Formats: sequence, structure tokens, C-alpha cells
Amino acid sequence: MSLKATSREIGGVTVIDLDGRITLGDGGALLRDLIREKVNSGHKMLLLNLAGVNYIDSTGLGELVSGYRLVKAQNGELKLLNLTKRISELLQITKLYPVFEIHNDEVKAVASFSQ
Amino acid sequence: MPLKPRRIEVVLETLLESIALAEEIGVSVAAAAGFDEDDQYKIGLAVHEGVMNAFQYGNQQQRERKIHVLFELFSEKMVIHVADQGTGFRLEDVPDPRTDENMLGDSGRGVLLMRTFMDEFDVQVVQGGGGEVIMAKRYRAQNNSQAM
Repeated sequence: MSLKATSREIGGVTVIDLDGRITLGDGGALLRDLIREKVNSGHKMLLLNLAGVNYIDSTGLGELVSGYRLVKAQNGELKLLNLTKRISELLQITKLYPVFEIHNDEVKAVASFSQ
Repeated sequence: MPLKPRRIEVVLETLLESIALAEEIGVSVAAAAGFDEDDQYKIGLAVHEGVMNAFQYGNQQQRERKIHVLFELFSEKMVIHVADQGTGFRLEDVPDPRTDENMLGDSGRGVLLMRTFMDEFDVQVVQGGGGEVIMAKRYRAQNNSQAM
């Protein structure tokens, strides 16, 4: 299953709902392009909702990191929402878990961004 | 006399689609060998990472080069070989992505995931050139390794 992404705005925060696999190829490229497009159009508060992401490979993890770096370089914030057990495990193994701010509640996650 | 391992060999073109295909085959072989769903996922991801490494770094995305994947089912473990036709690499040259200086870098996570999800992991240079990842997963006590 390839990756599907939709985005919505809540109180100045761009929530990107992701569904599918983030791997080398279409999924990773879609995420990279979407983050870049949002940042370039002035959206610097990004919340990636990973509830529908059941699979990430090392390239997909790299895309999360590269998105984080890109947003941070623009003085923005990129946070993660609703990690599945497997994605959470991958972030723990790679020690990326503490790098990202991770939330389980969308309302609280949106409120956590510096306005 | 020890039983000969059951072997399944797959030769793949260096295509993006080959990564998911190899992963699916790996999951199927693992399921047939009696691994539970969690181990099937881990074996599938390890095969995915091994073939992705061969696709990207080993064969440099050159379609005419082949990726050989061999599954061997022994009485106590499943061994997987992923060989490419590149120049090979040394494990000591792969950065540890967990260190502060490499944390936000782009390299080393695939090897880390394979090492973590499999019980044995090694890299060799194939005779005549090319790199080969060799990894193994031991059956847990409840698995029925004679399933195939």
C-alpha cells in the first residue's frame, strides 16, 4: 500500500494525515515533497499524524529526520502524532524518539505549538 | 546425520519493485517456517533493508545487475543471504546513527535495523566482487521449524 497524505489547518498548525507506508520510492518522496511545499508556502508548524502509517523503512525514517531538519532550519516546528507500536519501536531503536516531540492527543498537540 | 537445509533462491532485477517483492517473499517463507506475526514483520523488514541496500548502494540502481536472495531453513534457524554485484562494503565503515554526531544524518539506520531485528548479522565481500549480507533468525521454542 503506497502512502496517502491529506492536510488540514487547525489554529495555524498544519496537520498532515498520513496513511500507508513510508519507504524508498513514492511514499518517501511524497512526504519529502509535501513538507517542502508546506515550508516554502510559509507553513512552519507541522504536525504529522502517523496513525495510519503501519510501515516505515530506514529511508522513511530518514525522511522524517530530513523534514525535521528542514522545518527547524526555517525556525519552525515539526511534531509527530499518534505513533503506532511498530513506528514507536523503530524510533526507539534508532534513538530518534527523544529527537521528536511526540503526542497522542491532537488537541493537546496543536496547542503545544508556539503561536 | 544432519538434515540438509531447505533452500529458496530468488534472483531479482535491480528495480525499486524488487524491494517490496523480496520483503513479501521473506514474510511468506518466515510464515511457512513457523515464525509468529511479529517475527515475520521483523524478518520482512530485514529483507527489505538488505535488498534496498543492494539496490541503492551495491548495484547503484543499475537494472542489469542482479540481486540474489537466498533463504535457507535449518533445523534451528532461518538464514538469509542478500548478494549484490557492487563493490561491497565493510561494516566498520557504516556510521552508528545512534551517536550524537550521526543522529540527524542519513546513513546507518538500515544496518542498525537488520542487526536489531535478526539474531545474527554479518557482511562479506563475495568472491569475484559484490557485497553479501548474511543474517539469521533462530526459531523460538514454540515455532514448528518442520512446517515446510
